[in-house]
Amino acid sequence: MAAVMEKSGGGFRSWLNKRLPVDQFVADQLTGYYAPKNFNIWYFFGSLALLMLVMQIVTGIFVTMHFKPGEPTAWDSVQRMVREVPYMWLIQPMHAVGASFFFGVVYLHMARAFLYGSYKAPRELLWIIGMLIYFALMAEAFMGYVLPYGNMSYWGAQVIINLFGTIPGFGPDLVEWIRGDYGIGDATLTRFFSLHVIALPFIIALLVLLHLVALRQVGSNNPDGIEIKENLGADGKPKDGIPFHPYYTLKDIVGVGLFLTLFAIVLFFAPTFGGLFMEAPNFEPANPSSTPDHIAPVWYFTPYYAILRAVPDQKLGALLMALSVLAFLFLPWLDRAKNKSIRYRGLTSKLLLAMFFIAFCVLMWLGLKPADGIYVLLARIFTSLYFAFFILLPFVSKADGNGPVPDRVTYHAH
Amino acid sequence: MRTNSIRLIGALALLLVAGAVPANEGGHAGWERKAGNEIANLPSLQRGARNFMAYCSGCHSLKFMRYSRMAADLKISDEQRDKYLVRPGDKFSDYIKASMPAADAQEWFGRAPPDLSLVARSRSSDWIFNFLTTFYADPASRQTGVNNLQLPGTAMPHVLASVQGVQNPVWRNVEHKGEDGKAALLREFEKFEAGVPGSMSAEQFDEFARDTVNFLQYVGDPTQVERQGLGIWVVLFLLAFTAIAWMLKTEYWKDVR
Repeated sequence: MAAVMEKSGGGFRSWLNKRLPVDQFVADQLTGYYAPKNFNIWYFFGSLALLMLVMQIVTGIFVTMHFKPGEPTAWDSVQRMVREVPYMWLIQPMHAVGASFFFGVVYLHMARAFLYGSYKAPRELLWIIGMLIYFALMAEAFMGYVLPYGNMSYWGAQVIINLFGTIPGFGPDLVEWIRGDYGIGDATLTRFFSLHVIALPFIIALLVLLHLVALRQVGSNNPDGIEIKENLGADGKPKDGIPFHPYYTLKDIVGVGLFLTLFAIVLFFAPTFGGLFMEAPNFEPANPSSTPDHIAPVWYFTPYYAILRAVPDQKLGALLMALSVLAFLFLPWLDRAKNKSIRYRGLTSKLLLAMFFIAFCVLMWLGLKPADGIYVLLARIFTSLYFAFFILLPFVSKADGNGPVPDRVTYHAH
Repeated sequence: MRTNSIRLIGALALLLVAGAVPANEGGHAGWERKAGNEIANLPSLQRGARNFMAYCSGCHSLKFMRYSRMAADLKISDEQRDKYLVRPGDKFSDYIKASMPAADAQEWFGRAPPDLSLVARSRSSDWIFNFLTTFYADPASRQTGVNNLQLPGTAMPHVLASVQGVQNPVWRNVEHKGEDGKAALLREFEKFEAGVPGSMSAEQFDEFARDTVNFLQYVGDPTQVERQGLGIWVVLFLLAFTAIAWMLKTEYWKDVR
């Protein structure tokens, strides 16, 4: 601390640092935080998730200014704001399209952890906090989707809220408690609004903070899955580490540029993304007497929706659906390999992981399709493969995840 | 945009697993067409606005669109707006409401004609185009005497009969295998025959419908042309930004060995 203080000299900066440890914070978190130098493209998605969180909060602030929650006003207020408030035609779709991009980034961020074993010790808690963020984000996105009260909002909410009714015993009472009424209506919308703009954003922000604190504590994993802290130089810094700032701040800015370019292309030229990010039935106001041709959630929920529909029994389907999400929490203990990264695991592990990724993507696609004919059969096959991953992982990882690992990370200077 | 990677992976997997997918989409034998409207075509939008006010606005509202906004966007002068578009009794800043009271409409048609502000987004431009062009004489329809291929059993009468005329359908019988494996004869649309002539030729009417669809697409998302224009500059800026950021990153990363 003293060293930092001396460097900061006199004047305002010194005055400030005596009262608020700005320089110390920057030294701890950025210039003095050593990250492995071999990060690849998969390591962009953490900072991009943070960017999306900020974008959703900022655009959300403006949407909230003009949105009127409640059954009689919600739909009209969204249409009015995009048509009559300057630049809301841009900001409101940013918020809606942003939700899809946020989930896209989060899924890739999670896939990275699968690839390089980033959930393994000592990062179990980091992973679990991350999963809690994911769960909170699902609730946040679901409620946000219901708020504008389009027809798919209404029917989607109908399906999802009724799932809680399958819980034995208190299920039906729970459903009524969530809705605040005997059906989805004004009471449901106003409470969802409160949760969407106050409770959940606070929870998510707190969890993100904890996620970052835990990350600083254990340090980042890397594509080789080697602990860089175990290989220190004479100066006590990791030989394979580089200061987060300026190296990764600059690299992440390149990632941000590429990502925002992609985001802008979708936002300006294909905001509905062919009905995938904004569905056609949601351009009609909620109508309890007119069910859309087929009800499907937005793409980021469809893998679980496909699992739900794969089972003929609704109770069992809801149970499997809950299990399919909760299974992620146990990953650090299901994976019993010595090595973290997929790079240093056998072919069986690689195939098993590939199978899981494919099953997840196919289920995502199946969840968008009607549940009939061949699609039901496919959903059953890929649901089985999805769960087979979690069941087989302890055995496969124990058997072929123990090969030799290099001492230093793989890095080719360019 | 539909061929995103998720669907691609899914489609590949489907091809691998399923040899034959049951064809559940029947042949539409030529009546399903692309609207082919051009959203940046101002004269077409102006004609579409005229068509809408003349033929549609009696029953259908555009409750999120003001006369003033429409006129400003479509470069219609204030004089023309007030003379031809704004309905007597309305102000130029009013939303475009239907002339007919909703309660009466409910009674006369069985259901109130829907607001069309977002119909191009909830249905699609092609859907509206096919709806407008496939009304046909149907004696079985007791209420209106017409039916529609895009929306069978529609409650809407053939409002455009005076311009399009009334066309007669030609059906053919096609054998279909039902779910139970039994063959059944089903009638399938083959083509339209000229019936009662209207004031326009078929080509003129297609153009008329295309302009109207174009206008409704504009109403569904009035900023789309402006948005795409801005989008080009935003994307160009972001590409330049990324290039500079990449050069800066490369310069710093020279130190990393």
